[in-house]
Amino acid sequence: MTHPFLFLQWLEAQLHTHVGEHVTYAWLVMLILIAVAFVVSRGIKMIPGTLQNLMESVIGGIEGLLVETMGPKGKAYFPLIATFALFILVSNLIGLVPGLYPPTANLNTNAALALTVFAMTHIIGVKEHGISYLKHFMGPVLVLAPLVFVIEIIGHIARPLSLSLRLFGNMYGHEIVLMIFFALVPLFLPIPMMLMGVLVAFIQAFVFTLLAMIYIAGALEEAH
Amino acid sequence: MTFFAWCVLAAGLGMGLGSVGTGIGQGIAIRSACEGVARNPNASGKILTTMMIGLAMVESLAIYVFVVCMIILFANPFTAQVMELASK
Repeated sequence: MTHPFLFLQWLEAQLHTHVGEHVTYAWLVMLILIAVAFVVSRGIKMIPGTLQNLMESVIGGIEGLLVETMGPKGKAYFPLIATFALFILVSNLIGLVPGLYPPTANLNTNAALALTVFAMTHIIGVKEHGISYLKHFMGPVLVLAPLVFVIEIIGHIARPLSLSLRLFGNMYGHEIVLMIFFALVPLFLPIPMMLMGVLVAFIQAFVFTLLAMIYIAGALEEAH
Repeated sequence: MTFFAWCVLAAGLGMGLGSVGTGIGQGIAIRSACEGVARNPNASGKILTTMMIGLAMVESLAIYVFVVCMIILFANPFTAQVMELASK
């Protein structure tokens, strides 16, 4: 149901290993990101070259968005958020290259990312507020606390579910639409869908990052 | 085999119904965003960001329907039972 030929899957078959293509392609994305980060951070110059300019604008953009959404307190979580943004963006975009498979088109990768966000929000909340973090779940009136507590727990469990399913559905749906169009008319017709895929890749990476930021900011702020 | 025919029908109808609601919701959101930009073009950046978040939220409903349809079509949990019953 996905790409007709995946070179890492072929490589795996040659080596007789069974890791799964979403894992191997996630490793590929990690390798790309680490290599680019290493190359750029080794050769920092006063007058930036092309690659350094690009990376500076990307990192600056993410940082601006972070400060705008989370306030100055959120700057401590910049590495986490920027990693999410870059990893998801690159994962989404490599799906448009023939022979590559987007790791985010598999629910397992997205569940890992979303559960990281889920765990981090609560760890940050407990670290920031201590035991009074529980006030976040109690609502404004103490009498209604048991009712609000149940609703809040359901809401918090729904977060990783919706985060992972949204990314998975978008990427997997895009893959399937491309496959169907490719089967119907292989020439030229998939091109507009692939253009839309670039848009979807950027928007989904943006939405995931922004929601992660909003969730962490929600854990950071005082209980109302 | 009628089971699988009904499965395909359910997936198609479900996806259609899911997209109707999502389409109406997204249309309303985009209309409001357009009105907002027309009244105050300076706020277009903020409106665009907020609208994108809202659209992604609304879109996730259609995505849930899509995931359920894919489960019905390709990963149906009752396939083994039905095949067992059919082979009897």
